[in-house]
Amino acid sequence: MTPKLLQRRRERIDELADAGDAGVSLAKDALRRMRANPVAITGAIIVALFVVLAILAPFLAPKDPRTQYAELKNQLTPESIPGPMPGFLLGSDQYGYDLFSRLLVGAQQTLIVGVLATLIGVAVGCTLGGLAGAFGGWVDTALMRFTDILLSFPSILLAISVAALFAETNQWTVIIAVSMVAIPVFARLLRGAMLAQRHSDHVLAATALGVRRRTVVFRHILPNALTPVIVQATLTLATSIIDAAALSFLGLGDPDPSRAEWGLMLAESQQFIEVKPELAFLPAAAIIIVALGFTLLGESLREALDPKKRR
Amino acid sequence: MALLEVRDLSVVFGRKRQKPFTAVDGVSFSVAAGQTVGLVGESGCGKSVTSLAIMGLLPKRGVRVSGSVTFDGTELLTLSDKQLRDRRGRDLGMVFQDPLTSLNPVIPIGLQVTEVLRRHRGLDHKKAQAEATELLNKVGIPDPNRRLSEYPHQLSGGMRQRALIAIALACQPRLLIADEPTTALDVTIQAQILNLLKELVAGTDTALIMITHDLGVVAGLCDEVNVLYAGRVVERAARHELFADPRHPYTHGLLGSIPRLDSARSAKLAPITGSVADNIPWADGCAFAPRCPNALQGCVEQPPELETQDTRLLRCYNPVLPATTAAKEG
Repeated sequence: MTPKLLQRRRERIDELADAGDAGVSLAKDALRRMRANPVAITGAIIVALFVVLAILAPFLAPKDPRTQYAELKNQLTPESIPGPMPGFLLGSDQYGYDLFSRLLVGAQQTLIVGVLATLIGVAVGCTLGGLAGAFGGWVDTALMRFTDILLSFPSILLAISVAALFAETNQWTVIIAVSMVAIPVFARLLRGAMLAQRHSDHVLAATALGVRRRTVVFRHILPNALTPVIVQATLTLATSIIDAAALSFLGLGDPDPSRAEWGLMLAESQQFIEVKPELAFLPAAAIIIVALGFTLLGESLREALDPKKRR
Repeated sequence: MALLEVRDLSVVFGRKRQKPFTAVDGVSFSVAAGQTVGLVGESGCGKSVTSLAIMGLLPKRGVRVSGSVTFDGTELLTLSDKQLRDRRGRDLGMVFQDPLTSLNPVIPIGLQVTEVLRRHRGLDHKKAQAEATELLNKVGIPDPNRRLSEYPHQLSGGMRQRALIAIALACQPRLLIADEPTTALDVTIQAQILNLLKELVAGTDTALIMITHDLGVVAGLCDEVNVLYAGRVVERAARHELFADPRHPYTHGLLGSIPRLDSARSAKLAPITGSVADNIPWADGCAFAPRCPNALQGCVEQPPELETQDTRLLRCYNPVLPATTAAKEG
């Protein structure tokens, strides 16, 4: 037997041994299934690309996104906005900023708003839902009626109302307004999952062993109830990005025109859509692609973690 | 004195504006240290509810528990939640029906074993770990050190039930309640688990309450058997007596419906006719009467009491004749 053949056989045996050993944790198992799913890979690539671009945006941007360049501005007329030219990859926008740089930096803005709004939504929502799920009784009733009120508003209407409450809008008011939409969703989700776990056999078994209430909640109920929250968080990133863009579009975002933000870019380029359609088309496409990426990733994550689909 | 005394235990389910349902209706029995007692009956006869009531695991809302459960002289039904938690797992252990769902899927087996050791015996991490290895070894799990770091889904059903038994016995409880511990397992594994329980309990002071619908399980394990029907004990006897000579028509029917190796090939099994849905309330007479081949007119007029007959307790006006008499007549 040639050494090469021997090597191959060894590898094959090791492979079989790995397959025979069911030594994979839940997370590993989910990851394995995500890797086999083209939808998940597409989503992951989009999200990874977006995150890398967003983080590196200040270094990647060829021009300063906050500077109105004279050579662009000079060419602005009501009938024409300069297209691509040397040094300016996508040409100018309606104010004489470099469109390409602004799109790049806009990714960073979008990522910050999306992630922070989701984090706040998860943190506050899970605290409320966790309290409701852990204590039940009147705590549960009171908290759930509160979330019912929030849930009874259409999400974008709620975000607009919250944003409108602030005397002046800026980046933070957008984040808070968008997270308000996510809070009741996470609260209900975690509470429901915890209630389901409370009645599960292993929680009964743990109770029958005299395990302390605190331990039952934190070790036996909560970790088992987190799966839907993780999935929802990924999906919420997508909706947060869209909601934040919508708020900017409606004029409830950061009013500073020098700040590159996709929703604002989309809103302000409306009147120039006949002169230079890319001005509206590119930020819109960016929003759609990023939201799609998070949605694909979230949906495939849901599928991968679904216990009913485990073999 | 008996270790566990259950007196007149009743459990009534029913929320406001709902018709209450009596799941357990005045059940009394006692278990002495080292004794194994079986609770037998078909689905819905109240056997699991009885065990949950003893452990204090029934939900507070919508359930009324009355009667008395004393464990080593302490009334369990009136203990506070905290006092009960201190006893559960330490004095009272329980093995559940479904080993697939009774272990926490997201934490390793080891943590689930050491958790109870640290809670009740105050062992530190290292000692608990060593003790856990020993426990898994004792219940026949090979390579216990590796198994401790594994998750429940990596273990087979039988292995999981062994782990659950190890957890239940971790603090050497004085009473172990096994609620259908073999129902979810296949037959060969059933036998292994039963043997394991027998081994672990025999020769120790641990009392065992075995809850099952499987008379085969009872036959191999129990000293005394309580047959439950619709929430009441209908017959209680020592194991050999019950199997050799079932007197209550229900017990008789249960035994008659089991295939036997020594019966003729052509012999038909004799099922109990009807279903639990045919029951009448105990207040109106014997709940089993509508399904009973021996029913008399009196059976549906006045409920029979649980009375001593020879060496057993029996709740029946017209019991099946003792085996010896029946043989003479047949």
